[in-house]
Amino acid sequence: MAKEVRLWEGNHLVAEAAILAGCRFFAGYPITPSSEIAEYMAVRLPQVGGTFIQMEDEIASMGAIIGASLAGVKSMTATSGPGFSLKQENLGYACMAEIPVVVVDVMRGGPSTGLPTHPSQMDVMQARWGTHGDHWIIALAPAFIHEIFWATVRAFNLSEKLRIPVILLLDEILAHMHEGFRLPDSSEIEIVDRAKPTVPPDRYFPYDESQGDVPPLAAFFSGYRFNITGLNHDKSGFPTTNPEIIQRDMERQRRKIERHLDEILWWDEHELEGAELAVIAYGSIGRSAHAAVDRARALGIRAGLFRPITLWPFPEKRVAALAEQVRTILVPEMNMGQLVLEVERVAAGRCDVVPLGKVGGIPIDPPEILEAIKARV
Amino acid sequence: MAFDYEKYLRMERMPHMWCPGCGIGIVVKAMLRAIEKMGWSQDDVAVVSGIGCTSRTPGYLDFNTLHTTHGRALAFATGLKLARPDKHVIVISGDGDAAAIGGNHFLHACRRNIDITLIVVNNYIYGMTGGQASPTTPFGMRASTAPYGAVDPAMDICQVAIAAGATYVARGTVAQGLLLERYILNGLKHKGFSVIEAMSDCPVQYGRRNRMSSAVEMIQWIRDHGVPVTRAKELPPEELEGKFVTGELHVAERPEYTEEYRRLIEKAQKAAEGAHG
Repeated sequence: MAKEVRLWEGNHLVAEAAILAGCRFFAGYPITPSSEIAEYMAVRLPQVGGTFIQMEDEIASMGAIIGASLAGVKSMTATSGPGFSLKQENLGYACMAEIPVVVVDVMRGGPSTGLPTHPSQMDVMQARWGTHGDHWIIALAPAFIHEIFWATVRAFNLSEKLRIPVILLLDEILAHMHEGFRLPDSSEIEIVDRAKPTVPPDRYFPYDESQGDVPPLAAFFSGYRFNITGLNHDKSGFPTTNPEIIQRDMERQRRKIERHLDEILWWDEHELEGAELAVIAYGSIGRSAHAAVDRARALGIRAGLFRPITLWPFPEKRVAALAEQVRTILVPEMNMGQLVLEVERVAAGRCDVVPLGKVGGIPIDPPEILEAIKARV
Repeated sequence: MAFDYEKYLRMERMPHMWCPGCGIGIVVKAMLRAIEKMGWSQDDVAVVSGIGCTSRTPGYLDFNTLHTTHGRALAFATGLKLARPDKHVIVISGDGDAAAIGGNHFLHACRRNIDITLIVVNNYIYGMTGGQASPTTPFGMRASTAPYGAVDPAMDICQVAIAAGATYVARGTVAQGLLLERYILNGLKHKGFSVIEAMSDCPVQYGRRNRMSSAVEMIQWIRDHGVPVTRAKELPPEELEGKFVTGELHVAERPEYTEEYRRLIEKAQKAAEGAHG
């Protein structure tokens, strides 16, 4: 049956994309503005033989998806600001134990209860550093309905391939926006499943460096009896306090990201050729910035747009090259200045970096960005 | 023939980290004998825990073992069980893990009546972190954070479990290992959420602060303070003051969660077919 173009709400499309990517377990807790993801999953997952459960809290939802993923079932949860804070404990567990899961965070105003029904981009740093301790994580911030679909599929694929939690960062605008989209057929979607062990059970170790930077993960109940802990562990998954083993293991986890940057990093560029001012914007503000750049070009201003979809790991090399090229980088974002800190770090004084932060629950519109561009050229 | 505990132990992980005289070993042995009686393959059993002395148990056992975050074992176990309802999931927790930080998960696992067996080793104290008061520290007893005696009334874990909807609730003690084994076995057999509380000793962190510095003294205290449920029914409430009731406290039948969910899937799929046809 050929699928037709229809209107999709961002939150609903995340859920449908997850199912097409192979998600068969969702645990969640009601929170604005992400609840439609849970509601959609409650309808759709049982239809495809999957399981939806509304847990008693955000912490439990995060724990439940890790448990289900360990049994070999692709799993997801969705939340927003305060709920994302609550999930950080078990999100760190998934990092430490290297369990693939996808966590959607629909950003609303904060801190605390903040602005539940209004958009923000205030969780960018929390996505990177929300849980305690050194860890590596992937965060994707799509800007369009079609991009939400592919970012969701990619979130599952990356988490499976790299045994790592992947954060899907939406904001309230994208979550509740409707745009036309034709669901791809399954033949058009590449699905990645985690590597399974090829060695017999008595020679299986869940963190065995000799099996590569991403050692295969056996499912519970599959005949491979092993231990998983949130403590630092040796290759067999048992607790250790040996500094050398811990150092090596953490370095392997870092390599998982560093050696796969080509697959992880994803961005869009617009009019950057010959630009002397670059706007760096993401999520729904990336769309405003796109329109502002077009208007600036129409006025003869040499402006361009760099729109990262992968926020973490940060696309350092490309941004460093941009900092060489342009005189100014303008960073509009719906917060008091978060991703701009990373841009400043990478630019390292090679160009001016100008924050354009705005809070209060309303988007930054193209004229505001255009004014900021004009003021700088 | 003597029971072959080593079949279920990861002997390469020995020696364990528990103190001499600790009651956890008695609970673990009772649990292993009960599992043996179920005749389950080790591949089909998962043992899940949170944080604390008791929560170190899974690492020593040769099953699918999962040592999670403090208080969250039941949340992880719920995901695991829902992903594989055909397999057996056992959670082992301490009193702080299950009744304090994990209290909400405990209530809702009881409410769902999901087919998981929870064993709570209640030694009245946070042992691993240095003897702080727990939700079950009896009123007036001392802990490192209750130097003048606990002012918080103690929680009755079994009564909470019954009120929240658990369908098999029993309390045993480490003074009576065989009875404990029977309760765990009945909990494993039971279809639904079962809670077995094992009153246990911690001579190092609890007993030492409360004039019971040897395991023997502590286990005697436990034995002397337990009242079998049949006898408790005949006693006036004042005679039960400061005591705890032992035995099978509650057995009920109620729809089990994963079976209900299986029916929900059938219903949803039928409705979807109807909508297409």
